[in-house]
Amino acid sequence: MNTSGSLTYVYAVTHRTGPLGEALAGLHGIGQAPLRLLPLTSDTEPAPSTSLAFVASDVPEQDFNETALKNHFEDLGWLEYVARTHHDVVQAVAARAPVLPLRMATVYQDDHRARQALAAQQDVFSQRLDQLRAQTEYGVKIYLTPEATQPPAAAPAPAASPGKAYLQARRAQRRSRDAVYQQAEQAAETIETIASRHATQRVRHAPQRGELTGPQENVLNDAYLIPDERAGQFKAAIADAAERFPDLRIEVTGPWAPYSFAMTTVGPTDAPEPPP
Amino acid sequence: MTVSEHGEPLPGRQVALVDLLDRLLSGGVVLTGDIVLSIADIDLVRISLRALIVSVSSEIAPAGEQEGGRDEP
Repeated sequence: MNTSGSLTYVYAVTHRTGPLGEALAGLHGIGQAPLRLLPLTSDTEPAPSTSLAFVASDVPEQDFNETALKNHFEDLGWLEYVARTHHDVVQAVAARAPVLPLRMATVYQDDHRARQALAAQQDVFSQRLDQLRAQTEYGVKIYLTPEATQPPAAAPAPAASPGKAYLQARRAQRRSRDAVYQQAEQAAETIETIASRHATQRVRHAPQRGELTGPQENVLNDAYLIPDERAGQFKAAIADAAERFPDLRIEVTGPWAPYSFAMTTVGPTDAPEPPP
Repeated sequence: MTVSEHGEPLPGRQVALVDLLDRLLSGGVVLTGDIVLSIADIDLVRISLRALIVSVSSEIAPAGEQEGGRDEP
C-alpha cells in the first residue's frame, strides 16, 4: 500500500510462490524500500485463478514524476543506481522463479492501478513466462582490438613525396581495417552457426558506442535465448571459435534474465531483420 | 557456469553498465505506466545520454584516433 507522496514502481512479472515471497521480504529495492509481491487481487478479495504477480516497491513521487524522470534520465549517476537496483531485483527473482523483466522506470500511481495493468495483460504475461521457462539470455559481442585496426609499422619508402607517403599510409590503414572487418564478418557467421544449433531466439542490439565501451570498437551485439541445458555447450563453442580470431575480442555476457526476449509476443522486438 | 548461479554475479565482477542499459532501456516488457516516458522519449534520452557519455569522455580520448571515413560494417 502506498503512503502519500509515493508511487508504485514495478520491476518484473513473476509467479507468486511462498519461498519467493519470503526471499523478497528480506530484500530492498530503489531507495532501500522493501520489496513486495503484488498479486492480481488484494488479500481481501477472492483468490485469483492465476499466481501472476508484479514485484514492486514504493518510490518517492518527487523522484519519479514525469519531469523528475526526464531530468534524472540525463544524470548518469542516478541512471546507474536505478538500473543496477532494478537489475539486482530482477536477478534475485530470476534465481527463484520464472521472471519477465519490465522496462526500467515503469511506475503507477498506486497498487490498485498496477493491478489493473497486470490484469489487462495477464494472458500475454502467462503465455510468455511459459515460453521462457528454463531458458536464459546470453549476450555475444565482437570487438575489434585497437592494435588490429592499426596498419603494421612499415618502413617509409624513401623516394615517396609527402603526399604519396600519406596516400600509401592511408591505403595500408584501409587494407588492415578491411582485413579485420572481414574477420569480424566471418566471426559473426561462425557465431550464427553455433547459435543455430543451441539458441531458440536471437535479438540484435545496436553495436555499443561511446566511452562506456572502452577503446575497442564493438561491431556485433547480439542476445541469444538458450535452453538451460545447452548453455554450457553454447558458451564452450563460442570460446572455441573465439580462439580462431586473434584480432578480435569475442565476449559472452550473462546469464541474463530474459530482458531482450520479454516482449516477443507483445512487441516488435523479434521482427525479422530488414534486408541489408 | 550453471543455472544455479543465476542472480549470483561472479565475485568481484560487476555487470557492465553499458550492457545493462542495452537491456533496461531497450529490453523488458513495456507497459504504459501512469507515469512513464514514452518509447520515443526513451530513445531520445538514450541518444542524448550516449552523447553525454561521449562528450564527457572525449576530453580524455587517446591521441591517434581514427579520423573520418570509417566504413560501418
